[in-house]
Amino acid sequence: MLTLIGVAVVVIGFVLRINPLLVVTVAGLATGIASGLGPLAVVAAFGKAFITSRYVAIVWLVLPVIGLLEHAGLKERARTVVSGFRAATTSRVLLIYFVVRQITAALGLTSLGGHAQMVRPLIAPMAEGAAENKYGELPQKVRLWIRANAAAVDNVALFFGEDIFIAIGSILLIKGFLDQNGIHVEPAQLAIWAIPTAISAMIIHCTRLLLMERRLRRDVAAERDSG
Amino acid sequence: MITLEHIYWLSGLMMAGVAIVNWRDRSNRRRFNNTAFWGIYAVTFLVGSYLPDVVNGFLVIGMVLVASIRGLGQSGRESSSREEREAGAGRWGNKLFIPALAIPIVTVFGTIVFRRVSIAGMPLVDVKQVTVISLAIATLVALAIGMAMLRPPASAPITEARRLLDAVGWAAVLPQMLAALGALFAVAGVGNVISGLAQRWIPLDHPAAVVTTYAVGMALFTMIMGNAFAAFPVMTAGIGLPLIVQKFGGDPTIMAAIGMLSGFCGTLMTPMAANFNIVPTALLELPDENAVIKVQIPTALVLLGANILLMNFLVFRR
Repeated sequence: MLTLIGVAVVVIGFVLRINPLLVVTVAGLATGIASGLGPLAVVAAFGKAFITSRYVAIVWLVLPVIGLLEHAGLKERARTVVSGFRAATTSRVLLIYFVVRQITAALGLTSLGGHAQMVRPLIAPMAEGAAENKYGELPQKVRLWIRANAAAVDNVALFFGEDIFIAIGSILLIKGFLDQNGIHVEPAQLAIWAIPTAISAMIIHCTRLLLMERRLRRDVAAERDSG
Repeated sequence: MITLEHIYWLSGLMMAGVAIVNWRDRSNRRRFNNTAFWGIYAVTFLVGSYLPDVVNGFLVIGMVLVASIRGLGQSGRESSSREEREAGAGRWGNKLFIPALAIPIVTVFGTIVFRRVSIAGMPLVDVKQVTVISLAIATLVALAIGMAMLRPPASAPITEARRLLDAVGWAAVLPQMLAALGALFAVAGVGNVISGLAQRWIPLDHPAAVVTTYAVGMALFTMIMGNAFAAFPVMTAGIGLPLIVQKFGGDPTIMAAIGMLSGFCGTLMTPMAANFNIVPTALLELPDENAVIKVQIPTALVLLGANILLMNFLVFRR
């Protein structure tokens, strides 16, 4: 049971809103000590795990070029382009991005999106621009809510699209794990059985995106009245 | 051959540049904290592979202390005004999209092409890491196009990277820390303890109860670990294989496919999946760090319910 101390530290730390970096470090060190490692060995294990996880941070290499383009007006241009389309609404912008993102992910093209390279410079400004087009200057609360939705679309579409592609990490992990347990499955079969959930995800999230426009109208009106 | 190590050097150089720009910026009251944080991070990229594990461990602890106790700041200067950006948008027009779209296009192109390119029998890039290496190369291509087009001062890429990276702040390092924590959890056997608890306390003598426990367990355990990949072996070895497959004769393929996707529902609801849920709030400048999770929870819960129904309906049909 002592092994679970790290989980407890994480839950308490997040609830108390302590700096997550500190929480995670303490949880890691506590877990190591609870499992019987000496203090220096725990620090070494943590250092090793951190160094082998560096690939997670490679996405930050997009920042110089994104920053450069933002400086030159990329976000403003994305808004202007959307305002050129009369039919563009926040709902529709996000709906189109969802469908494109999910289908391309299902074809293995998972890198055709992402928060740093697509959502921040392009999708979020387009979604905001479409709302501004319709309702004029937006209350700050509504603006932030639209951005959060843009990020969510990228996540949901990616998660429930990528598993249809047979060479993706999760399918290979499933196959490897079942092989070790003496059960042999075909990656293509695994991918096929991801389709019912993928369709459900598309129906559920797209329905919510369609309903978004109604809430947007209501929230803009409510914020105007109170402000 | 281009390997991950080369890409780490590139990342290290960028982080070092960010540290130097911070050091010289007097408008940030905490500039030395930022310098120390990004500077140490640069060291872990540049020479982390060659340092002893324990030294790396203390470097990481140093970063954490700087960020959590001293605190990071941001530059007081804006790099451009809204009017300047509007003018830039008018001047450059849709050309601005070319470098931005070059990133995904070159990445995809690279993942397809680099697998097949070899020079004198050696593959040009490490085939196992082709996606991340392609992404890194794509950012360089996009940067080259951007520089040729916009002709900014040579220091512009690094000062702009500094602006964005400081806006994200310590959250930029959180995904990597969580990946490290997951590795420690795995070594310590956290998963086995949890699946033991589930088996002991939950009535598992009806197929529907087992399927529900497995799917909900995948989601909950993923929320704790921040990653469905860590939850899957534990829940499947603890509940899925012994009960759904062996005891009730369920289909392992369907169980595994829908089980993993039930875990993804958990990923949508947890701050532990920082790169998907916390980093975007920093990137999009949202004051509430749970803003993205709040938007995702309804979809995640309804979809988890759909997964339970689908698994119940599909897994026992042969």
